[in-house]
Amino acid sequence: MKNKLLVVTSPHLKDPVTTSNIMLTVVVALVPTAIAATLLFGLRALMLICVCVASCIIFEYLYNVVTRQPNTISDCSAVVTGMLLAFNLPSTFPFWMAMVGCFVAIVVMKMLFGGIGKNFANPAIGARVVLLVSFASAMGDASAFVTPVFSDGAISHMAGATPLAAINTTQVSGLGEIGNMALGSVEGVPNVFELLFGLRGGCLGETCIITLLIGGCYLIYKKVISPIIPLTYIGTVFVLSWILGVNPVSQVLAGGLVLGAFFMATDYSTSPVTKKGKAIFAVGCGLLTVVIRLYGQYVEGVSFAILLMNILTPLIDRWTKTKPFGGLAK
Amino acid sequence: MKMNLNGVKVPHHKNTMNCETVSMPVPASVTIPLLQHMGAPCTPVVKVKDEVKVGQLLADSQEFMSVPIHSSVSGTVTAIEDFITSNGVRTQTIVIACDGQQTVDESVQPPSVETREDFLGAIRRSGLVGLGGAGFPTFIKLNPKNLDEVDTLIINGAECEPFITADNREFLENSEKVMKGIELVTRFLGISHVIIGIEDNKKEAIDKMQQLILGKDGYQLAVLKSKYPQGAEKVLIYETTGKVVKEGQLPADQGVIVMNVSSVAFVASYLETGMPLIQKRVTVDGSAVAEPKNVMVPIGTKFEDVIAFCGGYAKEPRLILMGGPMMGIAVPNDQYPVIKNNNAILAFAEEDALERLETPCIRCARCVNACPVHLMPAAIDKAVHGKNKESLAALKVNLCIECGCCAYVCPANRYLVLYNRMGKQMLREKK
Repeated sequence: MKNKLLVVTSPHLKDPVTTSNIMLTVVVALVPTAIAATLLFGLRALMLICVCVASCIIFEYLYNVVTRQPNTISDCSAVVTGMLLAFNLPSTFPFWMAMVGCFVAIVVMKMLFGGIGKNFANPAIGARVVLLVSFASAMGDASAFVTPVFSDGAISHMAGATPLAAINTTQVSGLGEIGNMALGSVEGVPNVFELLFGLRGGCLGETCIITLLIGGCYLIYKKVISPIIPLTYIGTVFVLSWILGVNPVSQVLAGGLVLGAFFMATDYSTSPVTKKGKAIFAVGCGLLTVVIRLYGQYVEGVSFAILLMNILTPLIDRWTKTKPFGGLAK
Repeated sequence: MKMNLNGVKVPHHKNTMNCETVSMPVPASVTIPLLQHMGAPCTPVVKVKDEVKVGQLLADSQEFMSVPIHSSVSGTVTAIEDFITSNGVRTQTIVIACDGQQTVDESVQPPSVETREDFLGAIRRSGLVGLGGAGFPTFIKLNPKNLDEVDTLIINGAECEPFITADNREFLENSEKVMKGIELVTRFLGISHVIIGIEDNKKEAIDKMQQLILGKDGYQLAVLKSKYPQGAEKVLIYETTGKVVKEGQLPADQGVIVMNVSSVAFVASYLETGMPLIQKRVTVDGSAVAEPKNVMVPIGTKFEDVIAFCGGYAKEPRLILMGGPMMGIAVPNDQYPVIKNNNAILAFAEEDALERLETPCIRCARCVNACPVHLMPAAIDKAVHGKNKESLAALKVNLCIECGCCAYVCPANRYLVLYNRMGKQMLREKK
């Protein structure tokens, strides 16, 4: 034997899953939606995604350089954050503001708290909320949701408020009209078909439900996420809106819920570890989403709901420890 | 309702499954450590330059938790040296230069066993320890305080570690002795029920045992899913009987005794011949080994000699394991001797030697979903690094069986098993 032997602790086998390939799997799951966003909102959407991804990577790189820490960009989590943040912005959003958002997401929300796994809230959501509060008009101005849609083979422009805004106002004032919404019989509100394919205004990554579901199912199939959070979250919103007399189908499809439930609420760092904890977390997200949407000042409640539940995650984790096999209570 | 004990699906790599055991010739010298069991080390009863014969007592101890050690060869004691076992315990070793004659000692006579006391005494004198890996003294295991409450003997033939096929070969080559051993243990201990647990990737062994227990009253074959760590004692007991061995309990407290298949077969051969435990079937495999096979090795033979018998190294080894890849110990060189509870020698080339590059925990919960005893390894990792003993006690790190499932699935490559061991140590220091 010429070389020294490796003396390490067991186990000496490892399944091939690593942090970076988990992150790359998430990126792959987001790609169909990025393509859909480009088709629906035009090349500017693609440019915005690229700006966000590049800024996130650069900010993380610079942070590590400045603080003299080993480089962490190879874990690819900055790419995921960049894509998710872009998905939460309207396609017309100014690039410089997007870069501010990326700075908040990577430096403030993630790196200052200790980097990957240590952040208390989802970086993309934190940044979105900061942008929402700081640049309210650019984030939410109805005119920002100018949407090129495919109709009759030609691209036409449809302007208007986000459908959820229309749905919320209509429904809260008319509790009895369940069912009309989904069929598109109420003015300014798209029908289910349009909602599924993203033929509506909105943030660039939240509209195309079909591609989001494809990506979400891919993540579940790849065992990157557990189905508990997305299903419980969406289920809670559906049931609660039904009970409260608003159209559950529109509540599920017309806002940022599907994007949030599959890709943001499932963030490992900021969601509980155990199955029970995940279920509690998701129910909480669902309750808060509906409450904010129907009774709050904001049209959309997904980001706030997830953010608030992110903050509760350490508590939920404490309440929902696993019960060790054969363990005796202390 | 039956719990799901998680675990992980590991690649089997049972390459030597069909390799019939071959006995290797006696090496030029053997090195027999005086600690080959869980408990107190033995003190030598021979001196340097003594002539010793096969089966002769070399060392024993007055301590309760100890098992005598015998010579596996005939020859001359050349040295009694200090020795550090592969898991880091300081002890001694008796070095014997072999004469190649393999003269059997006069003391090797079939023991006369009439009563339970005779039986347990014979088991102690045989030098038997649990051959599955832990090396727990068998005479202690077979003599629990509440023996009259024990009604089930579980034979552990799960062999869930990748690569290792030694127990599989025991079933196939020595099934008569397995059955005889079970018969002896149940007769002397007054146990009525026998469960033989085998993982479903060992079809031949299952078929063979199925035939042998056909029509036998009280015998049951449990075909287990091939899922690691099916052979871990607590897991095996739960999967075969539904009983939960609680914190601080022994299996006997739940009315169960578990024996490894090779151990139980040895009981039969010892009572028949009186030859103590001086050889062990070892699976030799791994990408650096030229001819992987199952070898019957005299105890004390150096890994180097065993590997030379298997065609030597095919590639430059980078990692040599004593035991399987999930729980085995990485040794610093190939001069270590085969001991009683050693069931595999695996040598891997550079490309198959796992060197972990730790990255931060991303809280993915894979470890929590893999842990067969339902612990939270990621939380233990955090508590160990924060030196939080209170949290470690609450997280029940003491229940960790060190199976390695958590670190196997960890995408951040964290040394979770190491941290669990550190956590256990911290808890022990507290008391």
